[in-house]
Amino acid sequence: MDRPVSYNIHQKALEKDISMAEMPEGSMGEGFFATSLDKVIGLARKNSIWPLPFATSCCGIEFMATMGSHYDLARFGSERVGFSPRQCDLLMVMGTIAKKMGPVVKQVYLQMAEPRWVMAVGACASSGGIFDTYSVLQGIDQVVPVDVYVPGCPPRPEAIIDGIIRIQDLVGKESLRRRNGQQYKGLLESYGIQ
Amino acid sequence: MSTIAEPHIRLPEGSIEKTTTTLNLGPTHPATHGVFQNIVELDGERVVSADQTIGYIHRAFEKIAERKPLYQITPLTDRLNYCSSPINNIGWHTTCEKLLGIKTPKRVDYLRIIIMELARIGDHLICNSIVGVDSGAYTGFLYLMQYRELIYEIWEEVCGSRLTTSIGRIGGFERNFNDIAFQKLDKFLKEYPGVLKEFENLFVRNRIFMDRTIGVGAISAERALNYGFTGPNLRAAGVDFDIRVHNPYCSYEDFDFKVPVGTTGDCYDRFLVREEEMWQSLSLIEQAYQKVQEFKGEEAGVYHADVPEYYLPPKEDVYTKMEALIWHFKIVMGEIDMPVGEVYHSVEGGNGELGFYLISDGGRSPYRLHFRRPCFIYYQAFEEMVKGHMLSDAIILMSSLNLIAGEMDS
Amino acid sequence: MPLTNEHIKQKLLEKFGEQVGNFSEPYSLLTFEASKDINLKVLNFLYDEPELKFRFLTTLCGVHYPEQKGKEIAVVYHLHNLEDNVRVRFKIYTDINQPDIYTVTGLFSAANWLERETYDFYGVNFIGHPNLKRILNVDEMDYFPMRKEYPLEDSTRIDKDDEMFGRGGTLGYGTEKTTHGTVPEDEKHDEGKPVL
Repeated sequence: MDRPVSYNIHQKALEKDISMAEMPEGSMGEGFFATSLDKVIGLARKNSIWPLPFATSCCGIEFMATMGSHYDLARFGSERVGFSPRQCDLLMVMGTIAKKMGPVVKQVYLQMAEPRWVMAVGACASSGGIFDTYSVLQGIDQVVPVDVYVPGCPPRPEAIIDGIIRIQDLVGKESLRRRNGQQYKGLLESYGIQ
Repeated sequence: MSTIAEPHIRLPEGSIEKTTTTLNLGPTHPATHGVFQNIVELDGERVVSADQTIGYIHRAFEKIAERKPLYQITPLTDRLNYCSSPINNIGWHTTCEKLLGIKTPKRVDYLRIIIMELARIGDHLICNSIVGVDSGAYTGFLYLMQYRELIYEIWEEVCGSRLTTSIGRIGGFERNFNDIAFQKLDKFLKEYPGVLKEFENLFVRNRIFMDRTIGVGAISAERALNYGFTGPNLRAAGVDFDIRVHNPYCSYEDFDFKVPVGTTGDCYDRFLVREEEMWQSLSLIEQAYQKVQEFKGEEAGVYHADVPEYYLPPKEDVYTKMEALIWHFKIVMGEIDMPVGEVYHSVEGGNGELGFYLISDGGRSPYRLHFRRPCFIYYQAFEEMVKGHMLSDAIILMSSLNLIAGEMDS
Repeated sequence: MPLTNEHIKQKLLEKFGEQVGNFSEPYSLLTFEASKDINLKVLNFLYDEPELKFRFLTTLCGVHYPEQKGKEIAVVYHLHNLEDNVRVRFKIYTDINQPDIYTVTGLFSAANWLERETYDFYGVNFIGHPNLKRILNVDEMDYFPMRKEYPLEDSTRIDKDDEMFGRGGTLGYGTEKTTHGTVPEDEKHDEGKPVL
């Protein structure tokens, strides 16, 4: 009846004590390093994302566990979670959003300064989850544009960290001209955001 | 958004201001744990009145429950008080067992008590550490969250999921507790008392914490009873009403535990009542664990009641025996009808009396299911409790009442 | 002497006679019914009477019975006597076209939000309530969602296909279109295709 533990049983030896971020491509010389600007800015931004945890229900408790010492979120640069949208980069919507709450999410999103990213954590924020009812918004992408969806009910802390890593990929590879471009403006128009 | 009749209240002569300031402690606020809104009228820093708006996470559980068969309502009950979801699950299962007339064997009851008391420890742990965070002490939260991870591991061994467990079935559990689960339980019972003592040393006789919480949000026993308070909030006011003692369910009468009671009903009393309840829960778990270990031989393998009509047979039997196949088909396709009737059953949740009022008209799903949610009922008293206090006291009061938004708006 | 269900029933019949009735004890909880005008009087009697002392309102909810014409909406009170540990259930019925019931907020402060919730879900008008407005649903909602005639899902949602869930959709499964009579002419299939 007892099944043996089958995952993560071989301890991987650490190669180095500290892991460093990868150097972007560029040309090096005596005392200088030349690369394109968006790679450097991407590198700086992705390792210091300030999230805004918009926790409404059960996924919020899993976020608290992710912030705790077991699954430490601070090692990804998100040590400081802010509650003021004016100061944050990443809006993490965790939990069910009811129709009464929809305008509030939109207002918080509007207050954030560019560049901003949105992560929908959990099944309820992604698509309404198990609550297919008259009072629940079927996914926050009805009101704000979303970058990363993390499925799960609630998602394990490892899954939330996986979502953060994908946000980091998006942030690192984003072009500097994206936010002023036609496609992005079209996206915001479709949500009714100026 | 709620509309207020007069936006500002005129203050009496001699006050510093002429009218009050309106402050919106809105649905998204770092200190409100969950989404509910308070529009407070302030005279300087003193609260004159508070107007609450809830419903920001209304998910219509009661309407969903009219559509689902009994066993599918278990995941809904998880999401009521999501900090202690096994208590909600087991409460729902005991309600169904009362309606269907099922009697569970003793070993199942003792295992259920272990799981429920772990959930109660988990709930009180979050509440007390968040009271600490709101008064500025973040460390206590980090110490205790680590031990919530140990509780999650025990639940994961039994049912597979950490937070919204949907643990158990009507009649018992889905699988027997294996040795790994009991080893994890041993580890928890060995390590947690030391950490809880450390947490107490940080807070209980801490001068700053006492100054912030003594006298804040006091409520008398008569007003608390009139407002329908139950659980630690009522016990802090002085009334020793505990469903585990008054209407025992799940063999609680076989156990020996004390019910802690406070005197004034302020935040400090609530904190101390929850601390003491955690110690009592630990003692209950130890007693139940000992009783479970006394079952030997045949009885040690019992983990559900013998009710083929409501408990799915094991898969090997479904594939080999005719009768098990027929029961499996009947249960899954909903051919088994409930008896007609109405039942009200309540359990002692983390916040008080969590009641389930189930009206059945035969058929597969309930005709009406109403949840008696303690948070919803005692949040009404917030205005009365907060009048005359400062704004920062209002924040501590909100977190010491242990308001869980999922339970408030069902 | 312990307070038994028989004793409570005797006292109620003595005081109110014909106006209370329909006593039953499902799962040993005394349940009775009264006419809706005397609900406050009955609750006051249960509160003040020194032998009864039901001073704790456990919960209050509404139920919709669309088939009982004239008595469609029921309001159910659960009361608890904490000293003798006895519970009782009290039901009143009202017509759906005129659902006026006296409020009990004066007696139990806990009933304030419970009655607002019953108003929000069923449309029961509590006479004398200090603040009767919607509590859980959005303020602009114009119907009472827990009544049996309204569906659970939001019919205006576009990302989920009702036809896949076996209800509504273009063929109208589960709605009036297929439960009464035949499929309309323009939606008849030809012989070869199987009708789901």
